[in-house]
Amino acid sequence: MALIEYRDALNQAFAEEIERDSNVVLMGEEVAQYDGAYKVTKGLWKQFGDKRVVDTPISEAAFIGMGIGASMLGLRPVIELMFWSFCTVAYDQIVNNAAQIRYMSGGLINCPIVIRGPANGGTNVGATHSHTPENWLANIPGLKVVSAATPYDAKGLMKTAIRDNDPVMFMENTLLYGEKGEVPEEEYLIPLGKADIKKEGKDVTLIAHGRAALTALKAAELLAAEHDIDAEVIDLRSIRPLDEETILASVRKTHRAVLVDENKPFCGVSAQIAAMLQEKVFDDLDAPVLRVTSLDAPAIYSPKVEPKQLPRPQDVIAKVLSIC
Amino acid sequence: METAVKAKDYASAPINSKLSKEQKLDLLRGMLRIRRFEQEALKQYNSAKMGGFLHLYIGQESVAMGACSLMGDNDHVITAYRCHGHALAVGMAMNECMAELFGKATGCSKGKGGSMHFFAPDKNFWGGHGIVGGQTPLGLGLAYGLKYKGLKGAALCFLGDGAVNQGCFYESLNMASLFELPVVYIIENNKYSMGTSLERSSVVKDCLAQRGEAFLVDWAQAGGEDIYEVRATVQTAIERAHNSSKPTILELDTYRYYGHSVADANHKGGYRPNDEIETYKKDHDPIQLFKRRLIGEGLLTEEEFEKLSEDAKTEAKASVQYAEDSPLPEDGAIFEDVYFEVDRQTEAGRTGKHFFHD
Repeated sequence: MALIEYRDALNQAFAEEIERDSNVVLMGEEVAQYDGAYKVTKGLWKQFGDKRVVDTPISEAAFIGMGIGASMLGLRPVIELMFWSFCTVAYDQIVNNAAQIRYMSGGLINCPIVIRGPANGGTNVGATHSHTPENWLANIPGLKVVSAATPYDAKGLMKTAIRDNDPVMFMENTLLYGEKGEVPEEEYLIPLGKADIKKEGKDVTLIAHGRAALTALKAAELLAAEHDIDAEVIDLRSIRPLDEETILASVRKTHRAVLVDENKPFCGVSAQIAAMLQEKVFDDLDAPVLRVTSLDAPAIYSPKVEPKQLPRPQDVIAKVLSIC
Repeated sequence: METAVKAKDYASAPINSKLSKEQKLDLLRGMLRIRRFEQEALKQYNSAKMGGFLHLYIGQESVAMGACSLMGDNDHVITAYRCHGHALAVGMAMNECMAELFGKATGCSKGKGGSMHFFAPDKNFWGGHGIVGGQTPLGLGLAYGLKYKGLKGAALCFLGDGAVNQGCFYESLNMASLFELPVVYIIENNKYSMGTSLERSSVVKDCLAQRGEAFLVDWAQAGGEDIYEVRATVQTAIERAHNSSKPTILELDTYRYYGHSVADANHKGGYRPNDEIETYKKDHDPIQLFKRRLIGEGLLTEEEFEKLSEDAKTEAKASVQYAEDSPLPEDGAIFEDVYFEVDRQTEAGRTGKHFFHD
């Protein structure tokens, strides 16, 4: 297996899918000639040309709507948002057109698009650029929402997302683009709706997605080393569809759960999981389900302060120690 | 620039002069079917046979019928929520349309879309969209898809005079021109965005299509009441799309006899004077104008017109019966047609939880 960066894993997924299916087209701001704002699409324009890798003006509503319209004729647009935060100016297209067109047409139409880009705080770019909209989008039946924590997951999930026949909202992370991980040389796919047990354990279940899964893993290491607590770490990978079975089986085994979530707490992804746990495994729980989320205020700019606003390993450890 | 003032007789435009008698009667029949369908729908709405909104197209029939009559195999149509006319004009049946209004399982969208959301992809008709202006990027995308696939076609994207004030329309115009996409934006200017007149919503009062100049998009303004003029005008834009892969904005002057929706109580004597409505009905009715035209051409008699009108009425009434007799969607249908993969029970559709109610 090769050790490659998260951004390169995504890049491989795009290149392979562009080669595989003539209907796949990448579009977005700076994705072609500039090689991508984060170099995720580096080299693809040179390799595949103007038709398959398309620079757009800064017009998110138009180019996302255009991708949706083109998908109705059979194209498979993979559309980059330079920041997922910018989905706000294209929200009508995503929520009313991509998500609803199948339903409102009684199943006559489907919308095989991927909208992708980074959705994270922690880079000192202020509140407007630090949204984590996976919960806003997972709230909409008709959309699928995916979040990748590692290069391996990023590639396998992206390839599946491109082949999926429904609109998939793919959450990446600028803090992870440069992180390295092992990715097989041979082709592989990761299904949507399958969580990954990133670490097995028996004392408490840590449930997370995206970069928070890595935060949970770090916390689990420290819990084992310093507190003799064996935590299981579940990375959701796919938020909608959700792998309910894996989550419930883990909590039935450990009897305790702490949810780690870079969403804001109110109606965040972890709020949905918490509701599910109390409903479905109430009798298996030995302690309240606790959550570690981003602190409930707009993302602060101050570089020395912002890291405290996001879930940190020590925050997870503190919650775990309060119930173990 | 063409003006709304009749400067020439569009009957002699090549696209019209080549029409056979039967094709001309089809245009009239098409307009009559839209009107009789909607008159029947209004009656049923008032009898509480349907819910929600009912945005009637009556008065504007020449625009949808004229434009859609020009469609070839690779020409596509998309519009906003006042969509019944376009649906029937592309060839949808009254039965599936009326059943949709009744919320029945036999409706074109299985009773899931309603009045604003008619679709028929098999007839190149892509809706039926509820959010003002929201369909304009989709129309752009249809044109993008055509060009990507190397097909010689056009995307006819209809919008109202209110929609021209939405931002995504301008983003779309810029991209249409920049990417040279074969989209034809057809502004159906019926002079009122709900209850707000054009005078109160647009800084330029006498022309909306001209806004395309900022994006180097060709534009034209024309009358919408004469179906020959509609066809001649739209044909020019379709040819530009087909032959040069360039966008066009057309603004067609038209008028709706009813309110913004049936629930619009202020349309008579409120935001617009009664005599304005009466003048349009008397002097600018697209069906009456075309009827007179065909009688003048010796292709139609009063009796034959009455017969066409009666036939359309009979068809509309039969569609009501069809809708009445049709079953409601079953409760389980609420969860169908949300995800393609779930509907098809593919491996992806069977993996993970897609729905989160109990």
